[in-house]
Amino acid sequence: MPRSAARRAGSPFTGLGPVFMKELSDHLSSIRMLVLTLFVIVFGALPVGFALQDLRNVVVSDPYLFLRIFTVTPERVGLSFILALNFIIPLMAIGLGFDSVNSEFNRRTLSRVLSQPIYRDALLLGKFLGGLTTLAVALVALWLIVLGSGLLLLGLPPRGVEVARGVGFLIVAIAYGGVWLAVAMLFSVIFRSTATSALCALGLWLFFFILWPMIASAITIGFAPAQVTSIDQYVAIQELGLALQRLSPGTLFSEAVVGLLNPETRTLGFMLPQQMRGAIPEAPLPLDQSLILIWPQLTGLVAGMIVVFAVAYIVFQREEVRA
Amino acid sequence: MADNVIEARGLLKLYGSQRAVDAIDLDIHRGEIFGLLGPNGAGKTTTILMMLGLTEISGGTVEVLGFNPVREPLEVKRRVGYLPDSVGFYDHMTARENLLYTARLLAIPRSQAGRRIMEALESVKLADVADKRVATFSRGMRQRLGIAEIVMKQAEVAILDEPTSGLDPHATFELLEMIRGLKKAGVAVLLSSHLLDRVQSVCDRVALFNKGKIALMGSVVQLANQVLGAGHPFLVEAEGADVAAALRGVEGVQTVVPEGEGAWRVMADRDVRAAAAERIVSTGGSLTRLADLQPSLEEVYTRYFQEARHAA
Repeated sequence: MPRSAARRAGSPFTGLGPVFMKELSDHLSSIRMLVLTLFVIVFGALPVGFALQDLRNVVVSDPYLFLRIFTVTPERVGLSFILALNFIIPLMAIGLGFDSVNSEFNRRTLSRVLSQPIYRDALLLGKFLGGLTTLAVALVALWLIVLGSGLLLLGLPPRGVEVARGVGFLIVAIAYGGVWLAVAMLFSVIFRSTATSALCALGLWLFFFILWPMIASAITIGFAPAQVTSIDQYVAIQELGLALQRLSPGTLFSEAVVGLLNPETRTLGFMLPQQMRGAIPEAPLPLDQSLILIWPQLTGLVAGMIVVFAVAYIVFQREEVRA
Repeated sequence: MADNVIEARGLLKLYGSQRAVDAIDLDIHRGEIFGLLGPNGAGKTTTILMMLGLTEISGGTVEVLGFNPVREPLEVKRRVGYLPDSVGFYDHMTARENLLYTARLLAIPRSQAGRRIMEALESVKLADVADKRVATFSRGMRQRLGIAEIVMKQAEVAILDEPTSGLDPHATFELLEMIRGLKKAGVAVLLSSHLLDRVQSVCDRVALFNKGKIALMGSVVQLANQVLGAGHPFLVEAEGADVAAALRGVEGVQTVVPEGEGAWRVMADRDVRAAAAERIVSTGGSLTRLADLQPSLEEVYTRYFQEARHAA
């Protein structure tokens, strides 16, 4: 076959800039974006507002008071800000990505755009980066709103290290959004119908959010021996359960976020009491140690994003452009 | 490369074991309008997509303006304008914004883009709706916007896939005028269609597709001679005398076939209409109509496929 020997001439990124700019401006000016933003603000404001009320009554001095806005579970809502984000971010990402390729197909713009001097690479990557940037803009805005209301209502500025941990949290959140954006785009490449692709992406999200924890523990129990005879066996079972849980991007996100925003976190895995010997309870870790702690989680999220995007890319390359 | 803008040799496309395009040879000359004709599913669109590098080639070669669409698709797509079958634009954007996006993809400098877009829109008579959203456009206007895109691109070759399908007669007429305009500007036009009589009027040469193969290729007159046989057909409508007998007596007439009440279709080896009229009148008949029958592509097409079916 001639194509196997053929090498394409020209950069795969030709035209990436215009595609990216168009996607970004389309997203930012769309009504869908407005709805998603409203949704995020309502869901984000609720826990933050109650958390702030609770925190104002705290009397003990807490060096990381500012970070508690994100992590504290207010008594009246039972939903912390990071837990809210854990399920809002996928929804936003799916909302931005579920129709990115198949809508071009259905509007019959795909073959016209691809007949311009660009490769499919540039089109897909431009769409992905446009969506990711939109998501990042929304998250940064949300983050700044939380920071600002914290300043106003707590009446004290965050320390440098708290801001640094907050920025780390933002990066983890964007990577988490990227995973779901890639998933949504994958479905938009696979399915010609936008409704089907939205349904599949949302289905996968619900699966990971609701069913996967149950399935993971069921599998763990299935693998566990009837009688646990040694501590090693016990540890092995626990680690299997954790490994299964971590296949869900939501788990990776919440672990990384807890590691960053709760400086007291020493481990994200399973630990025996004797391993804790000598540790000073409630003593916060320095930032670099926290970063080392969450590094695998962040890497996992970024790797997941790249893998899913790569699959979408391969499927898209093979797709016929004609109707 | 001589004067060919597109050269295909043994071009092949397989979908599984099915030969969608079966080893075709095709040359498109500079500055001509070439029609790819054939029923739906005959392989016209697939051929076009292979020329643009938008679908993989299973065998053979194709060169567009000296470039290989498989290895150098960007060079091909920079120089070739493509109007897909029922073209789509971004509905939420205006005509101008849609073209501006294309201009950016083409890396046309900002300083030139505005002027080139307006000129292109003027050439297809869309300048007054340049800032209207494309959602409000009719199908004909969208097709014209597609032509404007090709004009703006300053393409050397325009490939139009079913440009007139679904248009009303007036919109079709306007579009064909614009296609002639492209030719006048020195653009080679390759268009595909299953609407024969419309295409006949603009095409210099045509290729008739059948099941992935080019059955016939040449100018309309050449094809007519090839399929219908050489000769001058004409139609006679008359009353009174024994017209058929009178016509048979005219020198040069080969066949006289009745075509309904008081009408005959005559085939002669040269133009014998004057003699035929004289003969009918002199035998006491009253001539009501005498019409030269131009060889129509429709007829060529129908006859060809009838014969192809009989042969099979």
